[in-house]
Amino acid sequence: MEFTEEQINRYSRHILLPEVGGKGQKKIAKSRILLVGAGGLGSPAALYLAAAGVGTIGLIDSDVVDLTNLQRQILHHTPDVGRPKVLSGKEKIQALNPDVSVSMYEERLTAGNAIKIFGDYDVVIDGVDNFTAKFLINDACFFAGKSLVHGGILRFDGRVTTIIPKQSACYRCVFKTPPPSGLVASCQEAGVIGVLAGIIGTIQATEALKLVLGIGRPLTDRLLDFDARKTQFREIKVRRNPNCALCGEHPTITELFDDGDPYAGCDMRPSA
Amino acid sequence: MIKVRIPTPLRPLTKGQGEVETKAGSVVEMIEVLNSTHPGIKDRLCDETGELRRFVNIYVNEEDIRFLKGKDTSLKDGDEVSIVPAIAGG
Repeated sequence: MEFTEEQINRYSRHILLPEVGGKGQKKIAKSRILLVGAGGLGSPAALYLAAAGVGTIGLIDSDVVDLTNLQRQILHHTPDVGRPKVLSGKEKIQALNPDVSVSMYEERLTAGNAIKIFGDYDVVIDGVDNFTAKFLINDACFFAGKSLVHGGILRFDGRVTTIIPKQSACYRCVFKTPPPSGLVASCQEAGVIGVLAGIIGTIQATEALKLVLGIGRPLTDRLLDFDARKTQFREIKVRRNPNCALCGEHPTITELFDDGDPYAGCDMRPSA
Repeated sequence: MIKVRIPTPLRPLTKGQGEVETKAGSVVEMIEVLNSTHPGIKDRLCDETGELRRFVNIYVNEEDIRFLKGKDTSLKDGDEVSIVPAIAGG
């Protein structure tokens, strides 16, 4: 593929970077990145990946835009309330950069559809709001052999880590299972400072672009923890767990499964 | 003194404090001491048999105690302990 003069202009600040250049920009243009969740984390990730010129962005989300989303989900605007998030997201992405092709999946992620959808992408970004889906994404990336950039936000706390299946610690290596309901702080009361979604979501987008470009050192085997109150980043070392039920030496999870309550033990209900 | 970072979901038990200081020679002792000054914290970290709950991770100086000596990991003056639960929001 060759870039037009307009595209060379559009991406000139990337092309100027020795780590990217024309060659790297072509890698970005050929890349396919999947955003599971077009909400708080998915919004800034989608916009920056669109601006960067990612070839195909996939959006999975079964929700419609709610007024309570707008405090942090910057992909959606006031007139979008009541509209499907994938549609609202696609419009914003393509208004920002018509070079990007957007695939919409207006459905919930399940054990039945995950591997098939993930198979079409290079990198998966976790922007979902519940533990069950976070574990399902982790497991599906393992079985599909796809790199995953995990993120989570609550109140003033954010987390992000990159997972390369069979090479680095997976989400189950660290957290094993979703917590049972009632043991974690109530979801509705929790809240989240909106801009935190921007901080964590853009780190996720950065990680995805690095993976596509094959540059730098990925955020693997490290859990980056951000405390917005103190403006403090902390890196927690994590390791592959030989006893991991998914990627350990004697796995007990050998195929994808759907957990019962999609919001079991969650820290934050949708739209909370 | 040992500095213990308290995650948001446990802060109601520490009157909102994000860090508490304590004296303890091991992680298991630290949990007992914390529970005496902040009752209820042990139940949140350990199950009925006294084992650490599966979704709770404890780090001493940023190293997972699972790769040290688990809850018997020793602590010394100046150590920093972090309690790290999973975060689900997105």
